[in-house]
Amino acid sequence: MSEISQAQPDYNYKVVRQFTVMTIIWGIIGMTVGVLLAAQLFAPALNFDLPWLTYSRLRPLHTNAVIFAFGGCALFATSYYIVQRTCQVRLFSDKLAAFTFWGWQVVILSAVVTLPLGITGGKEYAELEWPIDILIALVWVAYIINFFGTMVIRKTSHIYVANWFLGAFMLTVAVLHIGNSMAIPLSFTKSYSLYAGAVDAMMQWWYGHNAVGFFLTAGFLGMMYYFVPKQAGRPVYSYRLSIVHFWALISLYIWAGPHHLHYTALPDWTQSLGMVMSLILFVPSWGGMINGIMTLSGAWHKLRTDPVLRFLIVSLSFYGMSTFEGPMMSIKTVNALSHYTDWTVGHVHSGALGWVAMVSIGSVYHLIPVLFGQRGMYSTSLINVHFWLTTIGVVLYIVAMWISGVLQGLMWRAVNPDGTLTYSFVESLEASKPFYIVRFIGGVFIVVGMLIMAYNAYKTIRAPKESFGPEPEAQAA
Amino acid sequence: MSMFWTIWISVITLGCIAGCFLLLRWCLSNNTGVEEGESMGHEFDGIIEINNPLPRWWTILFYIVIGWGLLYLALYPGLGAYKGILGWTSSNQGVLSLEESQAKQQAAIDSGALVQYDREIKFANERFDPIFEEYAKVPVEELMHNEEAVKIGQRLFLQNCAQCHGSDARGQNGGFPNLTDDDWLYGGSGDKIKETLVLGRSGQMPGWLDAFGEQGIKEVVAYTLSLSGREVDQSLKTAGQARFAACAACHGMDGKGNQLLGAPNLTDQIWLYDGTLEGVTETLNYGRNGVMPAFDKTLGEDKIHVVATYVYSLSNK
Repeated sequence: MSEISQAQPDYNYKVVRQFTVMTIIWGIIGMTVGVLLAAQLFAPALNFDLPWLTYSRLRPLHTNAVIFAFGGCALFATSYYIVQRTCQVRLFSDKLAAFTFWGWQVVILSAVVTLPLGITGGKEYAELEWPIDILIALVWVAYIINFFGTMVIRKTSHIYVANWFLGAFMLTVAVLHIGNSMAIPLSFTKSYSLYAGAVDAMMQWWYGHNAVGFFLTAGFLGMMYYFVPKQAGRPVYSYRLSIVHFWALISLYIWAGPHHLHYTALPDWTQSLGMVMSLILFVPSWGGMINGIMTLSGAWHKLRTDPVLRFLIVSLSFYGMSTFEGPMMSIKTVNALSHYTDWTVGHVHSGALGWVAMVSIGSVYHLIPVLFGQRGMYSTSLINVHFWLTTIGVVLYIVAMWISGVLQGLMWRAVNPDGTLTYSFVESLEASKPFYIVRFIGGVFIVVGMLIMAYNAYKTIRAPKESFGPEPEAQAA
Repeated sequence: MSMFWTIWISVITLGCIAGCFLLLRWCLSNNTGVEEGESMGHEFDGIIEINNPLPRWWTILFYIVIGWGLLYLALYPGLGAYKGILGWTSSNQGVLSLEESQAKQQAAIDSGALVQYDREIKFANERFDPIFEEYAKVPVEELMHNEEAVKIGQRLFLQNCAQCHGSDARGQNGGFPNLTDDDWLYGGSGDKIKETLVLGRSGQMPGWLDAFGEQGIKEVVAYTLSLSGREVDQSLKTAGQARFAACAACHGMDGKGNQLLGAPNLTDQIWLYDGTLEGVTETLNYGRNGVMPAFDKTLGEDKIHVVATYVYSLSNK
């Protein structure tokens, strides 16, 4: 192993460093906006009567910032890193890499400006208006060329499983983004969807659920397949399992969108197909979780001492939990209770915070020392503090939303002996208020954790090289 | 849906599921050329992969969900135009009007077809209609002493009316009347309230800017405000009084309004829209269009009777 690392090609770490640092910064910004929104839900005065601070305008800013800015930067950073290291070759093009970095930052900054101004295409998770959509498409194509170009010139005989997932994520997101964002421009800042009615809704959720399936799942599974075995120092548990769950996951996910439209104007047959495929999807999803967690077999003791590995493994547990919960919620009967309630919000965040954020954070803690010439982070105990803050924060968040969501679902359907509804909507809102406060507290825990991470990263980056971490002798494998 | 699309949907759906099944079967046996439990022999940046078999419980779970999925697709609509063995639908799909929807619903109830929404409606109607039929036999003025009926009316109000008139029925500025006072646009008897609910109301105040001009509007506004006792410029008021004849057609010479037309009383302190100088000017310039929707098709007359009882009880203690 030491021979290999000595023979390392001259990797392009610059772009990885840039994206890694921006991952932390956008994470803090996006999550802070989330905490403000959480506060507005129990204290509406916190929009200060300013139109650009209203819930309606900040909510898309929050989702775009955490998914595409925080999650996106984490994916760019790790995929550029992984593809170089596992193909043993420098990136296909440094210029394209720089274009993707600066292009992506311009996309995010445009979102930060346009969304609070109320400039929106109105499609969930795809709010950005058409000129920004075109820039996204350009950056994305450059990303694909660079990533696949690097795989083409690889020095290894096979393509590592992490790259299967990353490649599938990139190609599918390109198709989803371009397909869903098709619109007729009315002016520079306003366009209308090319699709109408139920077809538009179907396109929206075909895109929306696969933003979850490919952006937030396949991409991050790629991340997981590199950083878990690397951090644990163990081989990947089962090659055959990775084959089955990869192909099953990517072929089934693309069908799942209609489960967002149960009991709507969408035709029955479409709803049924979405539900059946969502339910089957549960098993291949767990395949990924099993493969990740079993990779730790023989190295469980490392969890006691290594908080980075703890981040990665706990993220897999949340992944397993939310990929069980999701298929259950896609069942029409369950959906009749859960739909439009906070349960959905809780489910999304157990995936987004528990899985996506935690696996990204673990990976960033792994990356920073390597990228900035250190043997370890400035402070392992601060990583540990971050781990507990995040874990407690996520648990507070999702438990609060479970209770609030089920409560709402039950209150909305409660009927008196005379057939009238027992509760008005406002009463269910009142009942949810305590849980909104708990959710807010959970969010504060998570943001404080991110700030600690930023401090830890800053100290690590600014210190003289080789300042922290174990002595080289101890590291030799 | 044409045959082509049904075949298309069925082939890719079943093909996708079959593909997963075959891949699972293929990976259950060891086709890697490497012994189980050994490394696959490729190494990526220090990471190796082991050729471990698929976990047995996970494989069984996979079979179960595939079997369940196929069973569901056999029982329920899913494969294009195929209706499923149960003949279940969620609702009468493809209806284009309320009349068509009601006709199809009645047909489904009569034939006992498995249309879920219609079944639920039938169940609810059979169970709850008799309760409201009983209440409808008692006049509103009398029913208001039945606490249970008033409570039911309030719940219906909270679900159907509170969006505009507020949870406390005090209305809100912008054309949503307060229902708790004794000021009625169309009349506050039980029958009149029911009429409002059944048929809906359309309150039309025309705009007068073209007819009166800006100066004319100023004058009429001054006179209008003076009717409810506000301090105004006397010369404007006098000029406005001359023009008020046009307004009197609906609001009456004394400005006390006309319940037959829904024309508001202008002499009290209650304003349906903004009662400030600017607000009244706006009303006179451009007019107002107030709409109270008709509820006969959504609630039915018997439930409306109970809602009217609740509304009546608010101003008649």
